[in-house]
Parts: sequence; C-alpha cells; structure tokens
Amino acid sequence: MIQEEKKHAELAAHFNRDEGRVDWHDRTLWWIRQKRDKAAQSLGDEWEQLRQNASDIKDHTLSNLHEYLTAFESAAMANGIRIHWANDAEEHNAIVLRILRERSVEQVVKSKSMLTEECQLNEYLLARGIEVVDTDLGEHIVQLAGETPSHIVLPCIHWKKEEIGILFHEHLKTPAGLSDPVQLTYAARLHLREKFLTRRAAITGVNFAVAETGEFVVCTNEGNADMGVHLADVHIACMGIEKLIPRRADLGVFLRLLGRSATGQPITTYSSHFIRPGVGQQVHVVLVDNGRTRQLAREGFRNSLKCIRCGACFNTCPVYRRSGGHSYHTAIAGPIGSILSPNLDMRKHADLPFASTLCGSCTNVCPVKIDIHDQLYQWRQVLTKEGHAPVTKTLSMKVMATILSHPVLFLMTGTFMRRIMRWFPFILNHRFNVWSKQREMPLPPKESFTEWYKKQRK
Amino acid sequence: MNSREEILGRIQQVRISPLPLPVVYGNSLLEPDIETFRQTLESIGGRCFILKDMDEVMPLAVSLFPDVQVVVSGLAQMNQYTLPRRYDQKPHMLENAGLVLLEGRLAVSENGAVWLTEADMIVRVLPFIGEHLVVVVRSSDLVATMHDAYRKIGEGDHGFGVFISGPSKTADIEQSLVLGAHGPRTMTVMLVNES
Repeated sequence: MIQEEKKHAELAAHFNRDEGRVDWHDRTLWWIRQKRDKAAQSLGDEWEQLRQNASDIKDHTLSNLHEYLTAFESAAMANGIRIHWANDAEEHNAIVLRILRERSVEQVVKSKSMLTEECQLNEYLLARGIEVVDTDLGEHIVQLAGETPSHIVLPCIHWKKEEIGILFHEHLKTPAGLSDPVQLTYAARLHLREKFLTRRAAITGVNFAVAETGEFVVCTNEGNADMGVHLADVHIACMGIEKLIPRRADLGVFLRLLGRSATGQPITTYSSHFIRPGVGQQVHVVLVDNGRTRQLAREGFRNSLKCIRCGACFNTCPVYRRSGGHSYHTAIAGPIGSILSPNLDMRKHADLPFASTLCGSCTNVCPVKIDIHDQLYQWRQVLTKEGHAPVTKTLSMKVMATILSHPVLFLMTGTFMRRIMRWFPFILNHRFNVWSKQREMPLPPKESFTEWYKKQRK
Repeated sequence: MNSREEILGRIQQVRISPLPLPVVYGNSLLEPDIETFRQTLESIGGRCFILKDMDEVMPLAVSLFPDVQVVVSGLAQMNQYTLPRRYDQKPHMLENAGLVLLEGRLAVSENGAVWLTEADMIVRVLPFIGEHLVVVVRSSDLVATMHDAYRKIGEGDHGFGVFISGPSKTADIEQSLVLGAHGPRTMTVMLVNES
C-alpha cells in the first residue's frame, strides 16, 4: 500500500496546532542550548581551539578513510573482535540477524544507536521473531508508545510526564496518575533490570572507533549500554564508517566536546572503552556504509560526515524547536538530518533543506565545524536542478526570472501589481496565497522608485 | 567482490586531497585541582571526600552506608569483602550488590571523572550493577583534563576501561534530572592523600 508521504510543512502545521505545547517544546530545547553555552564558555578560548582541532581531525580522517578503516579492522581483529561490513541497511540487519541466530538468541537489549534507527533494525528483527528491548529510558518510552525517537539525544523530548505516567501505567503497571519523574524512572529501572539480567545478547552503537588501537567507545548517562553488554554473551556494536578517529589521544578532544555540546555536561556519566571481548564473550562490530561513501563523493556535502551526533544543532534550530523531530520524517531530524537525508533518498527528503531559515545557528554550535547552513543552501540548488522542487516553486521562479531580466516587463508588472493591490487588496490576502497565511501584505506604495526618481530629476 | 571490497573500493574512487593530521591536542593550560574536581563532581550529583590515608576508607564507607546489606570490594584494604573468583563466570550473582568499592587509576578535575580498567573492576559489570559506588583514587593521580588522562593511560594493556563521572542519571522525563537510572544511584569518590 502506498501511503502519501507527508512533507515537513504539513507535519509541522500539525505539530503547531497545539501552540502551548510548541512553546513548551521550544522553551525546553532552548534551555538545553543555554546549558551548552554555559559549558562551552567555561572553557574560554579553548572551546574554539577544541572545535578547530576536532574539525581538522575529522577532515583528515575522511580524506584517508580507506587507510583508517583497514587499520581499525586489523587492530580490532588482533584483539579478538569480529568485524563485519555492510553495504546498506538491509545487509546490516541481515548480519545482526545471522549473529543472533547462530547463538540461538531470541531476545536482545539495545542501547542507543541512531544507526540502527536509520536501518530500522527493530522492525526487521521483530518481523523475524526476535524481541528487541530499547534500554535507554527515552527510547524505551517511545518504543512502548510505538513511536520513533524525535531527537537523537533526547528521544522523548516531545512527551510530557503525565503522558509517560499513563504509558507506564499501561505497560509497567505503575499506579494510575503517577507522573513523578523519580518514581517513574525507578519503575523503569526495575523493569529494565530484569531484561539486563536475562538477555544474552546486547546491541550498542559506537560513538567513536579508534583506528590506532582497534577500540571503540560508547557513551551513556544511564549506564544501560554497560548493563546490557557486561551481562551478555554476545555484544554487537553497530557503527557508521565515518565514526573513526585516528588515535586514542584524539578521544580527549571529542569526549570534551560531546557532553558539553549535547546537554551542557562536561562528560557523559559513562565513557566505556571496549578493546578486547570479556571472558567468554563474543564481540562483533558491524561497519555500515548505507550511503556514506556516496556522501563522501559529494564534495560539497562530504564534511556532513564529520558529525558526532551531539544534537546541538537540533537544540538551537528555531525550526526544529517549533516543529519537532517527527516533522522531518527521517531517523535523524534537525539541521544535520536535513543535509544527510537527501543523500539517502532525494525524492523523499527534498523538502528538508527548505525547512530552514538559513539563520546559521547550527553551524555556529557544531562542535566539529560542519558548515550546515551552507550545505542546506547547496542542497536546495542540487534538489531543484534534479527536479525535486515543487512545480509551483520552479514555475514561479521561472516567471520571476523572466520579469526581472526584462526592464520593460519589470516596470509594467510593477505598475500593474501596485494598482491591483491598491484597488483589490483581497486578491493576495487570502488562504490560497501561502505567503499571507500569518502575514499581511504591506500596502503598495503610490509610485515606484523609478517613477519617484524621474520626478525628482525634473 | 564482497561487501568489504565494495565499500573500500567506493572509498578509493573518491579523489580527496589528503588533509593534514593535527598534532595530538595538548594545549590545555589547566592544572589538576582538587576543589575543581570536588565541585564538578558535586554539581553532577556525586560526592567527594578527601582522606589522609587508606585506613580512613573503611570507617568512612561504613558511616556513609550503615544499612547496606551486600558489600563488594576490589580494595586490598577491605579484603574481607573481596570478590571470590567464581564471580567471573556468573556476573549476574552480583545483582544484589548494595555497595561496590573499587580503586581507580586516575581522576580528572575538569569533569569529576575517574578512570578504571578491567583489572580494577574484577568483573566488568561491577561498577555498574551495584546500588552505590565508591571509587578510591590517590590525589597524586588527579589530572587536569582528558588529554592529561589519556597521556597517563598511554597504551595500557586493558581489555576494557571506563571513565565514570557521577551517579547513573537520566533527564529523559521532561528534562527532570533523576539520579540512578540503570547504574548506581549514588557515586562517591574518596581522594586519598597518602602516596
């Protein structure tokens, strides 16, 4: 069944029906942005130095990706870690399934991995008889609700505590009406502890993989990745190929930037470094392409691959704050998602680079200095050239181009429009003119600048 | 051609002028500072005590956690609680650990973190599974920043290591900070001045 794919504007309009809720969502995310600012400013001049260093490290790594991937593979394998390569989401999911089936595993715990969201791993495994429990509290909440995360760091930022209370009452049997975050979290702690203690396989993401040593790092605040992995026989770590960094020492730079950029804390509670498998344990790393090599080849968009998934761009973006992650209809929303997703499916995500005011705030907060707003603008050009812009837009731009390039036509159109708008103002102030939805057209001047100038010269 | 070759092949086809690798970052001018460590740790929900010597650890732990039932320790000084080797095979048996005391290799003043390797944890799940966590670090092992930490860690020979900064936490429910998500509900660092 083909469902009509809704675009950002329509989904955002839906989100905006509850203005009070939008204001709350907006305020909450801006508050997180402010925490980030405080943390960044506490480092003084060093903040910008760290950003530059991180950006340079990532730029360098992307320009030598072949060398670093093979180095990582060798070092990791020498440590007893098994490496798998997946061209796309389908292959990634099939690899994970195969590993689980080989160990006769039917129940898995999973900590946060946006890559597995991108590949839609949960649905794939569920359809093949494997239960996946998302153990990050926010992800668990959206999982219970049958939703996808709306933010890469704060998965259920769009949920109110009363609503979570109702959800937990249904699924975790907490008392009706309970909405206290401490008690709800404690209920989730008990509920998920049972999963950690009984599941034999754990899936995690990878925040950073170090080519020099073959190790990888997983960062959490909750400790759910570690509780899952250290109680399991099998650890599957899913990783985009762009997550590499060259040296162990480089972790110092990235771990100082990540927590501060994401939530304003100096570091996540747990930064776990996996080098060798635990006693009696199998560790697998799945290296995933899924369009990353294609993005690598796009010179103008290549450095979007520097992203360390901190979410700072989401928190600052006025459009994201007031439209919510689900308006972006893609695993990774917000500004970074809008420059990554068109690479995955140009037709489906053509609207995203246009869901922006190009204010540049995202570029300003990005810890690895991705020129996000420049890329948003470039994508608009690419998408329009490829024929993905709406017909109304391309047609009206062609008409404008014609008018603007013919002086006589320009003058005539100007005179005509000024008269029409004076005599029949309702002609443009109606609901069919998208521009007048929350705006009134300004009153037309009595004469154009050219007319005034000619008068003056007499 | 398998997936590995396909992916590496696609990468090689992209012509990128190699960009230089910056030297390892180490510009930080910060000095290790006990007060900064304490304040940062406290601001994220942890506790910090400064002790004269290792003999003070046990009495302090007892006074902080008088009602705890199961104590597991990786400290030589508290070997009446030391974990028997059989826990290697069945880490799940630790699920009722009330208080876990471990020794850390270093502490970082800029973020209130301590670093433990597998050898310090005895069993990898131990720092995460207990209700309360206490980590003892010598104050001479306090460093200023993560860069200093990685310099000190060097190549290491650990199969697993972790930076732990404060108690387990989440703010997923309407941004209300809750301590004790899945890991320890409290986290205490004891900095010992004895060298």
